[in-house]
Amino acid sequence: MKIAISAKGTELDSTVDPRFGRASYFIIVDSDSGRILDVIDNSSGKEAPHGAGINAAALVAERGVDVVLTGRVGPKAFSVLSAGGIKVVSEMEGTVKEALERFLKEKPQYSKGPNGDGHFSG
Amino acid sequence: MKIAVASGKGGTGKTSVAVALTLSLNGDVTFIDCDVEEPNAHIFINPEITSKRDFYLEVPEIDEKRCNFCGKCREICRFNAIVSFKRTIMAFKDMCHSCGGCFLVCDQKAISPGKRLVGEILHGQGKGIDFFMGRLRVGEAMSSPLIKELKKEALSEKNGFFVLDAPPGTSCPVIKTVRDVDYVILVTEPTPFGLYDLSLAVKTIGELSIPMGVVINKAGLGIDDEIRNWCRKNHLRVLMEIPFSREIASSYSKGQSLVHADEGLKEKFLMLVKEISG
Repeated sequence: MKIAISAKGTELDSTVDPRFGRASYFIIVDSDSGRILDVIDNSSGKEAPHGAGINAAALVAERGVDVVLTGRVGPKAFSVLSAGGIKVVSEMEGTVKEALERFLKEKPQYSKGPNGDGHFSG
Repeated sequence: MKIAVASGKGGTGKTSVAVALTLSLNGDVTFIDCDVEEPNAHIFINPEITSKRDFYLEVPEIDEKRCNFCGKCREICRFNAIVSFKRTIMAFKDMCHSCGGCFLVCDQKAISPGKRLVGEILHGQGKGIDFFMGRLRVGEAMSSPLIKELKKEALSEKNGFFVLDAPPGTSCPVIKTVRDVDYVILVTEPTPFGLYDLSLAVKTIGELSIPMGVVINKAGLGIDDEIRNWCRKNHLRVLMEIPFSREIASSYSKGQSLVHADEGLKEKFLMLVKEISG
């Protein structure tokens, strides 16, 4: 299973970025081996004035990810992830490694909807 | 002549000044309420609305059967209003700024123009004033296109005297409102916030090279001298001071204009107009 975790850095020891759309990086990990498969640099999307969540969700979906672990996901990002068949676990914190372990061990519930407000500024 | 009343800070008395100015001119004036997010000039002018129309923006409608998921529409969209990946394509119509780029780049003719209701434009007459206002749909985030359309309609036919009531702030909706006007009256109040936001507004209007002057509302309330000194230092004319008075507040609460509370202000507003048009 391919798991994408929103992160402030590029390592397993990096902190989970609580914001999905404006996360600095997405670390994609193979849950069987625990190894990093890919790191997505979200720096351009992070600075987007509009639709950061939509863009981030598409970046993750393109990589064929199965699950996203993050802090908060807004409504638009959530709908894109859902369309891509990607499950979301929100309210994650700590390091990437800790989030991953918690997900594999505790099997927390998948989010049924967004848990963050959408942001928009005209 | 087109005069816009703006402020920077909200609640300084833009609408009060704009309405009072309009009423002082005794007819043959067009009033345009460009504060489409929360228009309120109609409360004071009380016009009879004679026409009302909806305003829409053109947004992408996607035919998934025709789409080959090439991703060109996503690439061209600066607002992330279209997303495509693998065999999925989605359009977020509320993010769309209606640039039309996606229609042009689609080779498959999979994108056709749909529409999103942005708001409405109302027109009427009251107290001898030709009155226009825009009202943004609740939930809509983009007010600038509605302001643009409102101005197009209100300014279309005649040459005359126009008073435009601007939204607060210094961002796009304000710029849309003041663009092409002959003069901007900046209303401020003698508070630190009033002065700070005035300084932002002056920078914005200065950038657009539009002549401007200042009206100090609620004068006597606080840092009056600081405001006057700041204006002098920045070569800004203080056009008028309106006292902080209980009578004005009381008549405001009843939906009556400044000039209703203080008839003498009419003369002052007429002089103000003479001063800025001369």
